[in-house]
Parts: sequence; structure tokens; C-alpha cells
Amino acid sequence: MPQMNMVQAINDALATAMRSDERVVVMGEDVGKVGGVFRVTAGLFDEFGDERVIDTPLSENGIVGTAVGMALYGLVPVVEIQFSDFIWPAYDQIVNELAKFRYRSGGEYPAKIVIRTPVGGGIRGGHYHSQHPEAAFIHVAGLKVVCPSNPHDAKGLLLASIADPDPVLFFEPKRVYRAAKGEVPQGAYTVPLESAAIVRPGRHVTVLAYGAMLYEALDAAAKASAKGVEAEVIDLRTLWPVDIGTILESVKRTGRLVVVHEAPKTCGFGAELMSLVTERAFYHLEAPPVRVTGFDTPFPYTLEMEYMPLSHRILPTLLDTARA
Amino acid sequence: MTTATRQRHESPPADDVIRVLGDDLTLDPVYDPGLSPQEVLELYRHMVTTRLLDERLVGLQRQGRIGFHVGSLGEEAAILGSAYAMRKGDWLFPCYREFGAALMRGLELSVFVHNMFGNAKDTVRGRQMPDHYTCRRVGWVSISSPVGTQITQGVGFAWGAKIRKQDLATLVYFGDGATSSSDFHSGMNFAGVFKIPTVFFCRNNGWAISVPTQRQTASRTLAEKGAAYGVPGVRVDGNDLFAVVSVVKRALERGVRGEGPTLIEAITYRMGGHSTSDDPNRYRASEALEPWTSRDPIGRVRAYLEKHNQWDGTAEERLIAEVDQRFREAVTSAERTPPPALETMFEDVYARPPWHLAEQRAERLAGPRAPGAHG
Repeated sequence: MPQMNMVQAINDALATAMRSDERVVVMGEDVGKVGGVFRVTAGLFDEFGDERVIDTPLSENGIVGTAVGMALYGLVPVVEIQFSDFIWPAYDQIVNELAKFRYRSGGEYPAKIVIRTPVGGGIRGGHYHSQHPEAAFIHVAGLKVVCPSNPHDAKGLLLASIADPDPVLFFEPKRVYRAAKGEVPQGAYTVPLESAAIVRPGRHVTVLAYGAMLYEALDAAAKASAKGVEAEVIDLRTLWPVDIGTILESVKRTGRLVVVHEAPKTCGFGAELMSLVTERAFYHLEAPPVRVTGFDTPFPYTLEMEYMPLSHRILPTLLDTARA
Repeated sequence: MTTATRQRHESPPADDVIRVLGDDLTLDPVYDPGLSPQEVLELYRHMVTTRLLDERLVGLQRQGRIGFHVGSLGEEAAILGSAYAMRKGDWLFPCYREFGAALMRGLELSVFVHNMFGNAKDTVRGRQMPDHYTCRRVGWVSISSPVGTQITQGVGFAWGAKIRKQDLATLVYFGDGATSSSDFHSGMNFAGVFKIPTVFFCRNNGWAISVPTQRQTASRTLAEKGAAYGVPGVRVDGNDLFAVVSVVKRALERGVRGEGPTLIEAITYRMGGHSTSDDPNRYRASEALEPWTSRDPIGRVRAYLEKHNQWDGTAEERLIAEVDQRFREAVTSAERTPPPALETMFEDVYARPPWHLAEQRAERLAGPRAPGAHG
């Protein structure tokens, strides 16, 4: 089985989908000849031509608006927004159009596109190349939100997202684009949406993480283990609809919960996860659920490592929660 | 604000505005679309029907029987002429003021009226305000309220067809206000770059709710905005049915030939309020309507038909009685139809309801109904 990094795995998923389904088109800024600023679409232009791998004008609103139109026609556009920080001009099209088309037309006009976009900090990108805006999309009825952490899942989840009948926001953790490596099967396979993965079993505390922060959570869990605390680390993979069954099963076993995410704390996805758990498993809890997150500030440039919920911030919270 | 170089909203139209039906009721051969007498009659009947339904729907709203209506009073030639010029297999991306065109393309009156009541037979299942219907069968895309969003979508749809080598064009409706939106800019820009067969049909009716066109742009005309995108811009008398059919046909043919999009500025006038929720007397003197009353798009075609002995008062009365009869039946049926079932609120959010919606649905169905009437 070939070894790939996440960039290669996502590229492989796109090529696989485009080979098997002529309706799949890729569009965005710089996705053509140059293969995307992160090279995720490298080689697709040469293989599929400029009608299916489309370098668009620099207009996120135009990219998503026209992609919605293509979807209404019957194509399956896979859109790249160069950085998730640039997605906001398209927010109206995503929230008011893409997410609502099926509902507002009584099922007559499902509009399905996949929006791929790199997220997260730790790459010296400042606040316009580092944000992690999942909460603003999870909040919108009609959207699905995915955030893989490794090459195998990235390919399988992207193929599942392309095959899924609903619009999907596919958030790619750019900090581990090339750092996360692993075996990736050749050809088509899917990792089902709405399924989380227990990546490190443990019995003392449940840790929920996703994307690049999964590795920080795993690092903290390894260090906690040396101190006698066994953390169970769950990679959510699909953020919405979240795999509530796996989460509850784990929390009911451990009685303790730590949620990790890069995005700001207030109204972040962690708030929803904690509400879901406390509504359903309150009497199983033996300690207050805790969040380790980014702060309610814009994402800083020089102090980015202080902002992010890295292992050294997760570890003490994890130990405190396990011992509370 | 400076508007020194901008033309006021014209009546009669300026020289660069294409007209066909002259004041003497002859057709200028340069742009005559060559409609047969039967076609003119058919279009006239649709225009009268549209206006009559507008009046009846406003009446229903004033009686509190429907919640809302957004009408097309004075814009019937622009709306019906443009839709008529498109082929059956082409697709229309409506704004929200074009129900007459949807009916002409084959939306059943009863389906439209069920939508006005948001009841269980409403094809959008009571999920949107009135006038936000959908009709895929006749190439009519689901309507949203935000202004301009359909412009990029209409371009994308035709773009998709172009990629799949299908002979298909789109027509996008929007008003003068939408030319200020980012979707107008993006849609025109993308369509220009990729030579997309989209007809951009701007109903310049002088008003965006209470704001006049001069407040939307310092450009002299809206059509000239096309130049910045490499898209030809055409100004047409939007109250001249023949001229509208003609310019849209030409724009469609141009798109089909692979030459790209056209921007059409149809100069017309919103004779009513923005919607039943609006009172135009708060911002517009009634004298403003006078020059447009004499240019009424329906009156002009009626005069033309009467001159050719194709129409008279008896025919008009018969048409009105017939439409009224059909409308009354549709309203009676709609008022007897119950509101959508409670569980429909949770359907069509996704293709299949995920766990959280299934849970919320069960919770809602188990609880008491809201007090008061529905629909």
C-alpha cells in the first residue's frame, strides 16, 4: 500500500472521483496549471483539461454561486477555497442558497457541492491564513462538516463527501498537510461520514479532537500515560452530524470529558459537544467537562503557538480532569 | 452624491433605448421580432392574466387571507416578453416578481395559489413566504428572497450545460437594485470570462423598495456596466412587448452561437409598492406615475390589437371572467387545504434525516401544538 501525505491523498481522491464520474469538476483560484497553492490539485489540469479543472476569477462569492448553479444543472462541483479565511464572501451563497435549496424547494432542487478549504494555524500565516471556522458552518441547517486528520481518512472521507447527496464543507488541517503520513489504499474506498474513530483507547478520561489538534491531544495522552492517566482520544472526523454514539459510549465509560479545538472558545464546537454530553450523560460525569481551545481573540501571528491548544496546554487539563 | 451625468428614469425613453411599437401603433422593422398575430394575442392574454392575478392577490392579502404578495404591476411586458423569447429547454432564474412568466411556461395556477397559501399542497411545503414557488418541470428555479443570488447561479447552470455540451441557455431576472450586489458583479464577470450563454435581464423599474435607481449607481445607464465585463449591454423599452421579445431573442441567439452573455436593461416602472408590505406614498409622489400611465405596457398592446381588429371589449370581459373563475376555484381549493403536517418541518433539510433531526422531530411531535392558526 503506498505511503502518502494528506496533500497526496486528497489529490488521489479527487483524481479517483473525476475518473469514475464525469460530472465531477474541480474549481477555484489557482487550482489549474499550478495545482493549487498547496498543490492539492496538482496534475488534475493535465489529466482532465481546463473544462473540468477550472481556474476561476478571484471571487469566492462567484466561485460558490456558479458552483451552486452547476450543481442545480447536475454536475458535482468540488470547490477549493484557497484558505478558509477567505470563505466569507461566499457565506451568503453557502448559508442562504446551498444549505437551503433542498428544503426551500420541497426537495425539488437538491444542490450538492463539496467545498474543500485549508484550515488552522501553526504555519506562520497570521489571522488571515489560520482560522478554523467550523462552528459558523455547523450552525447552519443543511450542511455537513468534515475535518480529517490523516491521509487514509482524508481520501476516504473526501470520496464519501463527493458521493454524499448533501453539501459538505471539507476542512483540511493545513498544519499536517505534509506532516501526517500513512498508508493509503489505491482506488476508490470511503470512510463513512458521521463516524468517529477511537484512536487511542483509555479508561480515565475521554478527549475529543479533530484535524491538526488530534496530534496534540495524542501527544498529551502519551505524556499523561507516563503519569498513570490513560486518556481515550477520539478523532471526530465528521464534525456534523457528529458521531454522538461513539462519544457517549466513551464518556459513560470514563466519566470525564476534555474537548480540544483551535477555534475560539465562545460558541465554538466544544460548547455544543459539551451540551450534547451533559444533556445525555450528566449522571455519568465525575468531573466538570472542560475545553482546551483557542482564545476569543483574532488569531495572532507572532504568538500563534501561545494561542493554539498545544499538548503542553492539554496535558495539565487532562490530568486535572482525570484526577478531579 | 452627484448624478449630473446620469439620465433620470426615462419616459419617454432616450434615443439609445430600443423600441419597436411606435406611438402610431406601427412596428419598427429594424427590431420587429416577427411575432404572428396569434403569438401577440397569446402574450396579451398572459399580460392581462398577470395583472388581474396581481390585483386579486393584493386583495386577498388586504383581507388577511394570504400573508404577502410581491407584484409586477406595470412590468408585464418586460416579464412576459423576456420569458416568451426563451426556448422551452432553456432555464429561468427568477427574482421574485415574475410569477406571470412561470404561469406562461406552464406552472399550474392551482399550484401557484397553493404556494400563496403555504398549505399542504404547496410544492415547497409551506416553508417560504408566498411567491417563492418552484417548478423544475418548466425550467423554473426555486426562488429565494436575498437580492442577486440567482445571478451567479444562473451563470453556473448554463456553464454546467456548456461543459456537458448541451445546447441550453439561462435567463436571469433581477431588478436595478441587484446591480449593486456582489452576485451581479461576480455573475457578469464569470459569464464574460467563460463566454456563458446567459441572458442577464435587468428590470430597471426605477426603485429598490424606497431607493431610486440614481442611488444604486453613478453610471449613466445600467446597460453600460456590461462594458467593464466585456459583456454587451442593451437598453430596451421594457414597456414595449415587441422590443423586449426582440432583444431577448437576439441575446439568446448570441449565447447559443457561443458568443457569450448579454446584459439587457429593460426600462420600465414599478407602478405599485415593492410588495404588499410597502407603502410607496411615503417616498414617491403620485405624479411620478403619470408619464408611465400613458405608457402602460398592456394598454399599448391592446391598442395595437384593437387597431388590427383582433381584440375588443367583449373579448377582454370574457378573458377576465375566465381568469376570475379559474382563480376563484384555485383559492377555494387552497383555503380548504390544511397546513402542512408538522413532521414536514423536519424533512428535506438533508436527503435523509440525521440523528439530531430525528430526535428533534420526535421531541416536537410528542409535545403540544402551538396556539393559534397556521398557514
